[in-house]
Amino acid sequence: MSNRIVLIFTILLACQLAGEVVARLLRLPVPGPVLGMVILFVALAIRGYVPDDVGAVSGGLLQNLSLLFVPAGVGVMLHAGVLADNWLVLSVALVASAVVTIAVTGLAMTWMKRVTSAGDEAEERP
Amino acid sequence: MIATPREIWVYLAASPLLHLTMTLAAYLAGDYLFRKSGQKAILNPVLIAIVILVSILLLTGTSYESYFEGAQFVHFLLGPATIALAIPLYAQLPRLKRVFGPSLFALAVGSLTAIISAIGIGWALGASRPTLMSLAPKSVTTPIAMGIAEKIGGLPSLTAVLVVTTGIIGAVIAQWLFRLLRVKDEAVQGFAIGVAAHGIGTARAFQISETTGAFSALAMGLNGLATALLLPILIRAWGGQ
Repeated sequence: MSNRIVLIFTILLACQLAGEVVARLLRLPVPGPVLGMVILFVALAIRGYVPDDVGAVSGGLLQNLSLLFVPAGVGVMLHAGVLADNWLVLSVALVASAVVTIAVTGLAMTWMKRVTSAGDEAEERP
Repeated sequence: MIATPREIWVYLAASPLLHLTMTLAAYLAGDYLFRKSGQKAILNPVLIAIVILVSILLLTGTSYESYFEGAQFVHFLLGPATIALAIPLYAQLPRLKRVFGPSLFALAVGSLTAIISAIGIGWALGASRPTLMSLAPKSVTTPIAMGIAEKIGGLPSLTAVLVVTTGIIGAVIAQWLFRLLRVKDEAVQGFAIGVAAHGIGTARAFQISETTGAFSALAMGLNGLATALLLPILIRAWGGQ
């Protein structure tokens, strides 16, 4: 079992590595980890199922995903100057953009679901 | 002979151990406060952790570089975590197939909205070009956003901060916004959070429900891909005029 964890991490890292190599080799505009994700997705689709423990390890990683953003966020101290000069612009842009993006995405999907009457499960009555 | 506190501090300040431990402990403290408050969105664990850590670093006169020596081990896991997104993506494939059209439509509309609203507002308020380019990919997960920022002439480390801030904002406002707009479908809620607020939003979405979380993870992965493809093309078209 413990050996499986090493194996699963090796698979994740190998996919990332392959993604980085392919992105550089073909000079693609897509970042390596995105290609790595596509590689793993295709591999899973070919294999046809996700082994339970693979799901458990990746689930553990994704459940604590927000921890992984902490070091980058602390980098706020590096940009004190830029942020002090632009704090109003950046705050307005970030908050407004987040509100608009969530609203537009949610409404677009709701509307399209209604039009195509897709996703019948859990469809609420009007 | 017993070492002086100063000697111990010199050792600790130079080793990655202290700052790695501090990062995890600060996050646990944030998570504790968040749970203790009955999961009040404003008490976001990432936000609390950042406030605690920046305060400690400023008080002790520690540079971000020496902090990052330790914190890089946590930061590095963003890469494998991005790869791991393929798993919920694959697991939700049957559900995704059922809402494939609406999802793809929402992805295209949402991805463009995130980019254009950020650049548009920033530009209208007079932000400089490097700031705009750092702002443009703020809705996608850190390693992807940093990679994009580097390619289009932004500052990757500034982008990282803007990405984290966007995630926190999205996590804080999402449920309030859904109540306001009467968006009740969990798949739709998750998808909207994932497109706008990547991993931090996804962490929040998993607290709403398993379905919301999975769709958020899905949207986060798809928007990472969409933004990586769309943004360089948009910038080229825009810059060429």
